[in-house]
Amino acid sequence: MQVEPLEFEKPIVELERQLADLKDRSAGQGVGAEKEIEKIEEKISKMKYEVYQGLTPWQRVQIARHTQRPFTLDYLDHCFDDFLELHGDRHIGDDDAMPAGFARLEGRRCVVVGHQKGRDTKENLLRNFGSAHPEGYRKALRVMRLADKFGKPIVTFIDTPGAYPGIGAEERNIAEAIAFNLREMMRIKVPIVAVVIGEGGSGGALGIGIADRVLMLENSYYSVISPEGCAAILWKDRKFAEDAATAMRLTARDLEGMGVIDEIIPEPLGGAHHDHIAVGRSVKAALIKHLAELREMDSDELMQKRYEKFRKFGEFRG
Amino acid sequence: MGIFKRRSIKSLGKKKRDMPEGLWHKCPDCGAIIHEADLQQHYHVCPKCNHHFPMVAQGRINMLVDPGSFEEMDAKLESVNPLEFKAYSEKIKAYQKKTGLKDAVVTGRAKILETPVVMGVMDFRFLGASMGSVVGEKVTRAIEAATADRCAVVLICASGGARMHEGILSLMQMAKTSAALARHHDAGLAYIGVLTHPTTGGVTASFAALGDVIMAEPKCMIGFAGPRVVKETTHQNLPPGFQTAEFMKKHGLVDMIVARGDLRDRLGSLVKYMEPAVV
Repeated sequence: MQVEPLEFEKPIVELERQLADLKDRSAGQGVGAEKEIEKIEEKISKMKYEVYQGLTPWQRVQIARHTQRPFTLDYLDHCFDDFLELHGDRHIGDDDAMPAGFARLEGRRCVVVGHQKGRDTKENLLRNFGSAHPEGYRKALRVMRLADKFGKPIVTFIDTPGAYPGIGAEERNIAEAIAFNLREMMRIKVPIVAVVIGEGGSGGALGIGIADRVLMLENSYYSVISPEGCAAILWKDRKFAEDAATAMRLTARDLEGMGVIDEIIPEPLGGAHHDHIAVGRSVKAALIKHLAELREMDSDELMQKRYEKFRKFGEFRG
Repeated sequence: MGIFKRRSIKSLGKKKRDMPEGLWHKCPDCGAIIHEADLQQHYHVCPKCNHHFPMVAQGRINMLVDPGSFEEMDAKLESVNPLEFKAYSEKIKAYQKKTGLKDAVVTGRAKILETPVVMGVMDFRFLGASMGSVVGEKVTRAIEAATADRCAVVLICASGGARMHEGILSLMQMAKTSAALARHHDAGLAYIGVLTHPTTGGVTASFAALGDVIMAEPKCMIGFAGPRVVKETTHQNLPPGFQTAEFMKKHGLVDMIVARGDLRDRLGSLVKYMEPAVV
């Protein structure tokens, strides 16, 4: 798969093109070009180091939104042995922005739910760009309750710009669908691990994000509002999104520092979209490790710790 | 979130300019000129057209609880600007000065028609009653106190949503308050949410939506996304009355619309109905 470069990666891509050109031209001629090739290669690795070591929050947001980034169904492919999808909220419909079902992780049965984005227009029509409707959140809870009933752990993959702000969503009470999940996930007796794999967009992300362990991919973000939304409200202009991304401390490292997440899963250089297999392997290893730890706890301890985990968030004085 | 753009509440101040300060109010709905004393007597409801004016937290408490029964909790909690967000500390100070509150919610133990409850009242004047760490913590402590006291919790909601200036910590307040409600729920205790103008965003998508019984004040705006966001996202015209209390009731999302003057009686009888059975 040809990786689509982001704006800030274009200088690197340009150099790589020059390098390929030079290699083509010098092929078979033997001498003369080696020095030049070496120089460009050195320049590329220096530039890559500088760009990727010093990624700004806004650049990470771009990576988190990359259309070639692995999505929930890709992780189901790469980390799990099989996936048996279940459909519908039993009331009004099914939501393809939120697949859910049974899966096996290294032979162990579990339940997986997650937001699903599309890669092209056709897929996005189906997946609604990863923005779920109330039906999606209600289906997610229905399937999580099956896990609860049968004593199987739950894995959720978070990747949404936000819950869908549409007329039908409001009429069918999207706010309640999210709120109800927040309350009910707290009452589930089996282990829950949530992984932010791309965009952790506000309440829509949190709606499947109440978990015993919250993990984040290195270049994903998790935020109370999109940087564009924050900029539009506070500074009356979306063009300040870059500043908002910095001010809101939405990167994995920021959130780890605040104790909001438990572990950062590293990504290949340049982002998860450069190597789906490698990042899949890292995610799988992290899931296995955390689920093994959580399996050691009985449900009372699990639920008590989950309560304490979310109870402690907030800073104030007095 | 779009609610921060709405001027309907602030515009009151502009229209007042040509009248003696604070003595006369113009109803934004029917244009009636109402004397301050009249407004107070009618619980800040227009005597001509029943328009509900915004109310400050203390006013609501005085109106709803048995006289002298309110004992405030956690009155001193205030924000510490955890993200060091630009200009946020100054904003907090300015609102504290303007409102006399430390943050956007007042909580405490009280009695309503002789039934003990724990109460929280949000005050929209304070940074749009947005929910940051302080609001989340006070609401959570109120719910936990109600669980410990084995009594009902009543939350009078109004909010522009989660407070952006505290980033992810504001989002986590949704989880925290809902977690406390899970325990209160498991203890078999009643929670009544009263939605007032406007209740939106992260507050709607957490405790405001979780009431065993949900009341709304007439014509108040209730929603997850602001109407501007809905319009921009869907490129559709919004149906008439979209996101009003009446619209919510028609769609089955709130139990009842209660005029402010009836609120105390209605709350009083509901907490009685939902008292846990004595074992």
